[in-house]
Amino acid sequence: MSILIFADQAHGKIKKAALEAVQYGSKVAAQLGTTATALVLGPADNAELAALGNYGATKVLHVADARLQEVESTVYTKIITEAADKEGAAVIVFPHNFDGKAVAPRVAARLKAGLVAGAVSYPDTANGFVVKKNVFSGKAFANINITSERKVIALTPNTFPAVAGAGTAAVEAFAPAINDADFKVKVVKTETVSGDIPLTEAEIIVSGGRGLKGPENWGILEDLAKALGAATASSRPVADAGWRPHHEHVGQTGLTVRPNLYVAIGISGAIQHLAGVNGSKVIVVINKDPEAPFFKAADYGIVGDAFEVVPKLTAAVKEFKGQ
Amino acid sequence: MKILVCISKTPDTTAKIAFTDNNTKFNEAGVQFIINPYDEWYALVRALELKETIGADVHLITVGGADNDAIIRKALALGGDEAFRINADSADSYYIAAQIAAHAKEKQYDIIFTGKETIDYNGSGIGGMVAELLELPYVSIAAKFDLNGTVATINREIEGGEEICEVSLPVVVSCQKGMAEARIPNMRGIMAARTKPLTVAEPVAADTLTSVMSFELPPAKAGVKLINPDNVAELVKLLHEEAKVI
Repeated sequence: MSILIFADQAHGKIKKAALEAVQYGSKVAAQLGTTATALVLGPADNAELAALGNYGATKVLHVADARLQEVESTVYTKIITEAADKEGAAVIVFPHNFDGKAVAPRVAARLKAGLVAGAVSYPDTANGFVVKKNVFSGKAFANINITSERKVIALTPNTFPAVAGAGTAAVEAFAPAINDADFKVKVVKTETVSGDIPLTEAEIIVSGGRGLKGPENWGILEDLAKALGAATASSRPVADAGWRPHHEHVGQTGLTVRPNLYVAIGISGAIQHLAGVNGSKVIVVINKDPEAPFFKAADYGIVGDAFEVVPKLTAAVKEFKGQ
Repeated sequence: MKILVCISKTPDTTAKIAFTDNNTKFNEAGVQFIINPYDEWYALVRALELKETIGADVHLITVGGADNDAIIRKALALGGDEAFRINADSADSYYIAAQIAAHAKEKQYDIIFTGKETIDYNGSGIGGMVAELLELPYVSIAAKFDLNGTVATINREIEGGEEICEVSLPVVVSCQKGMAEARIPNMRGIMAARTKPLTVAEPVAADTLTSVMSFELPPAKAGVKLINPDNVAELVKLLHEEAKVI
């Protein structure tokens, strides 16, 4: 028996959410008295792979095939399930990010393994195999018992921070048979939003709403984000009005984020927006309306005009960072 | 062209989330139910747009009890041609996917659309599982879907960007914002929906691999600490020393 963790990479670098999944998987392994094997698909250098040992993996299986640079769910499923069989994996852990969402359900169906997607706890094995997950778009949790023999857990990013330790992992090449014909979905082009921190991986997010009055005013928000090293986001009305791109829309029908710090500027805090952010560890609300519902969900608040408060806050952050 | 759209009934986005029966059941009292927004606004409407531009039969499927019929009729009113309800109540995504796959295997669809996730269980698993059970290609979290003959060009979201993919039909696609513009049903559609076929079928045998033990609500916030707008340095200090997030 072992625990297998799918550790996804982009351009040879293991993603932050994948490091968290590896650490989570290794703790589940310790809990069940076994070891954790990480699986990396696509080119990555040896140092990057071996570093997964620092997060608790004792073995790293690596399929170096360059065709695996992007996720093809059929091919990935074939490889992951073969690795799971080879390792005798009782539990397969995925990061619940875009890659995990593309592949984990397929792997679960192939293995007839119960899936908990969006997990936020370690399994409780006192009475079954119960994992807590987000439901109702972050407004509640459900405790789910996985009753199948094999189990698939997709871990919500930024739930358990990855902390590098001193462990080491043996890197082993893995070469399952893959044919060109297996690649049904072909990626013809990748468009990345250059220079930005992906929202789902961001530790700090600065988000703006209609209170900013127009896209031309986003500069003050971007300045604050830059000072904090944060990603920028927006509320739904802002995305719908075309002030900001749709991929920045955070809320029930947009992205769900759980950064360490979420700074909401000029966002009233409709229940649909809160659903996308209430997993954040700390929420700061800046709004000139003291009755804005967002204050009820906030840890810290400033009642004031964003156009005055935000530049001052940016200056204060810069001064703090300069110390 | 035959398109299957998978729809699910969810509480309205503004519904109060509360639980009964010792926190084992969602409290439906006073809650308005809707078509899961991703299923309706993106999956269904994109299917209807394809129907209007290139011609297609748009079938709807849901797995659930008779209390789903209102949302199915609404989906028919928006323009779906025919609906199927698999008469089973389950919260296990594998069980639900097995029902949809069994139906789709018989009907042989060119495209199967799902929403990227439901706003109640947030499982995001049905599309991938249906694809696996039918051995079809799967594109997840798509923001755009165009067809050129039998080749689909699909934009799907990745961390910090988008991938533009090509795939030959048949394909399973999970849909999100960007796919289509939301619509509301018109009176003609609502009248027509009354006579459109809604077939209720009994479920096929399938395993249930997970079960919900209980629900819980997040702990209440301690209350907001207000900071004077003339003293923002205080906020920076609190974020560093008290909250330890910067």
